[in-house]
Amino acid sequence: MFSFDERVIPLDVWITTFVDWLVEGYRWFFQMIKWPVDFTLSGVSDGLLATSPVLIIIVFGIIAWRVSGFKLAGFTIASLVLIGLLGFWQETMITLAMVFSSVVFCTVVGVPFGIWAGRSDRVNNILRPVLDAMQTTPAFVYLVPIVMLFSIGNTAGVLATIIFSLPPIVRLTSLGIRQVHPELVEAALAFGATSSQVLLKVQIPLALPTIMAGLNQTIMMSLSMVVIAAMIGAGGLGAPVVLGLNTLDIGLATVGGLAIVLLAIVLDRITQSLATKNRGKKNK
Amino acid sequence: MEKIVIKNLYKVFGSEPQKGVKLLEKGKNKEEIYEETGLTVAVQGASFEVNKGEIFVVMGLSGSGKSTLVRMLNRLIEPTSGEVLVDGVDILKMSKAELVKFRRSTTSMVFQSFALMPHQTVLENAAFGLELDGMDKKVREERAMDALKQVGLEGWEKAYPDELSGGMQQRVGLARGLAVDPEILLMDEAFSALDPLIKTEMQDELLKLQDRHERTIIFISHDLDEALRIGDRIAIMEGGRVIQVGTPEDILQNPADDYVRAFFRGVDPTGVISAGDIVRDTQPTVVWHTKAGSPRATLEMLSMKDREFAYVLDSEHIFLGVVSSDSLREAIDQGNGTSKLEHAFIEQAKSVQETESLQDILHLVSSHAWPIPVVNSDNKYRGVVSKNLFLRTLNRAEKGTFFEETTP
Repeated sequence: MFSFDERVIPLDVWITTFVDWLVEGYRWFFQMIKWPVDFTLSGVSDGLLATSPVLIIIVFGIIAWRVSGFKLAGFTIASLVLIGLLGFWQETMITLAMVFSSVVFCTVVGVPFGIWAGRSDRVNNILRPVLDAMQTTPAFVYLVPIVMLFSIGNTAGVLATIIFSLPPIVRLTSLGIRQVHPELVEAALAFGATSSQVLLKVQIPLALPTIMAGLNQTIMMSLSMVVIAAMIGAGGLGAPVVLGLNTLDIGLATVGGLAIVLLAIVLDRITQSLATKNRGKKNK
Repeated sequence: MEKIVIKNLYKVFGSEPQKGVKLLEKGKNKEEIYEETGLTVAVQGASFEVNKGEIFVVMGLSGSGKSTLVRMLNRLIEPTSGEVLVDGVDILKMSKAELVKFRRSTTSMVFQSFALMPHQTVLENAAFGLELDGMDKKVREERAMDALKQVGLEGWEKAYPDELSGGMQQRVGLARGLAVDPEILLMDEAFSALDPLIKTEMQDELLKLQDRHERTIIFISHDLDEALRIGDRIAIMEGGRVIQVGTPEDILQNPADDYVRAFFRGVDPTGVISAGDIVRDTQPTVVWHTKAGSPRATLEMLSMKDREFAYVLDSEHIFLGVVSSDSLREAIDQGNGTSKLEHAFIEQAKSVQETESLQDILHLVSSHAWPIPVVNSDNKYRGVVSKNLFLRTLNRAEKGTFFEETTP
C-alpha cells in the first residue's frame, strides 16, 4: 500500500543550506540593510530617553489636542503618566522608538510599492502573494534567520517588525490609488497632465485618507510585534512580558501588557484622528 | 475653413486590433468579427471635417461609438488606424511631449460626470489646466476667476465641488475648460446628467459663450433636441459608423436611411423647420403704384379670384403690406377716389423672416386671419404660411414623412 512515510522532497535541508549560504557570503549586504535602521533606532531612542518625561508628555498632549481635542489630550496625558507610575517609562520610550523606526521604514518602502502596485495590475498580482506570505507566516519562522543574519537586539527586533507590519501600508496605498475615479485621471490627462502630475496632483491627494488608514494599521501591527521582538533580545515593553512568561510572574506580564495596550490606544487614536481630519478638510 | 479633419478613423478594442480593421475592410460586420475573434469594433471608418468656429454635434445612441470617437481627438483613446488632422497636423504622429503640449494649449474637455477634483476648491479646479502647464499661481488664479465669471460662478470660488448642485458643478467643469482658452472644446455628453431645465439653461449659456469667442466645439450627445438646438452641423453615428453629416435641416430633409429617420420621429418639428422650409407662393400679389395696383383694381382682382387677402410688393419684390377686401373697401369709401393702397394696409400684418422656426411664428399664424407673409434677409417676399399649411406640416411631421412631399 502507498504511504507518505518516506520524505521525497527535503525542502528543509535546502532552506537550511540556502540560509547558511546567505549568512556566509552576503553578510555584508545584510549589515548594509541593518545600518540605516540601526542609526534611526538608536538616534530616536537615545533622544527620547535623554528628554525629560514631562516634556514628552506635554508634547504628546499638545499633538493629541491639535489633531482631536481636549478629550484625547486628557486621555493621552493620563495614560502616559500611568505608564510612568507603573515604572515602565524607559521601556515605553524604547518601544516607541522601535515602533517609530519600523513605521518610518515601512512608509519609505511601502508607499512607493503601494503606488506602483496601484498603477500596475502586473505589479499588484506579483506583490499580493508576497504580502500574504509576509502577513501570515508565523513570526517565529523568520525570527531564526533574522537572528542569523542580523544577530540579536533591538535592531533585529525592528527588522522582524518591519516584515510583519509592512503589508497593510502597501495594500492600502494600492487600494487608495485604485479607488481614485478613473474619470478624474482621464480629466487630468485630457488637460495635459504627465504621468507624474497625475500621481502628485490627483492620485496621491485623493488616496491620502486611505494611505493614512494604512499607516494606522502599520503602527498597530508594529505594536503587536513588541512581545515577539522581545524574544530575540529586543528591549522595550515586550521584555517584561517575556520575562514574566518565563518566570511565571503574572503580575509583571500583565502590567507590561497593560502598558502596551495603553500606548497602542494612544497611538491609534492620534493617527486615526489625523486621517479623518485629512478627510474632513477635503470635504469641507 | 476646416479645423479638424478626420480620415478613415478606426478603433478596435482587443488584443490584435489590426486584424479587426482588416476584417472590416474585407466587408465583415462588427457582429461577425466579435464572434470570430472576440474583438470589439467601436468606431469604423469615420471621416468628416469640422469647421473652425462651429458647434459640431456627434449624435448617436449609447454604444454607437461617439464617446470613443471624441476621445480619439485628443488621444485619450489611441486610434487603431486613420488620421486626425488638427490645423493640418496629424495628432496621431505626435510624440508624448507634443501630445501633452497639444492637450494643454489646443484642446480642453468637459465631461458628463463633471470629473472635478474633490480635494480642490472651485477656483483650483478652474485653474487646473493652467496649473498643469506650470503657470504662476497668481496669473492662473486670475484667469480662472475670469473663466468662473464667464459661467456665472462669481463668489463660489472658495467652495468645494460637493457643495454645489449638478448644474453649478458642470459650470465649474466648463470654466475649467474655458480657462485654458482652447481652440477646440470637446464636450462629452456634457449636459446629459443635468435635469431638463438646467440643461436648457446650460445650452443657452454655451451658445452665449460661443457668441463671444468662436471656438470649435465638438459636442457629443444622445439627445436629438439638444443636437438640433445647439448644433451648427450634426454627425449621426450608429454602430461605430458615421452615417450622415449635415446641418439639422439637411438631415431632417434628406435622412440618409431609416435609422436616421427613426431618430427624427417624435421630434418636435416646429423647432427645426423654418418658415422658409414650408413657404408657398400661392397668394395673389400686387405691385405698388402701378395701374393694376390701385385699390379698386386690387379689389376687383380679389373678388374675381375669390380671395380675401392680397400682398403688396414694390417693383423689387420688397414686401410692403397686406390688404384685404374689407380694408380696401374701407379705404375706397373714405378716400373718395384718391386713396392709395397703403391706406388699406392691415396694421398688424407684419412679415416674418424665412429663418424663423415654426415655433416662433406659431402665435402669428394662430392669431391672425391672413396667411403670414415670409421674407428673406433682403426683405424680399417669398410667399406665405397659412394656417392650413401649418397644420398639414405638423400632421406630416407626426407621421415621420414630413419632407417627402414638397409640392401641394
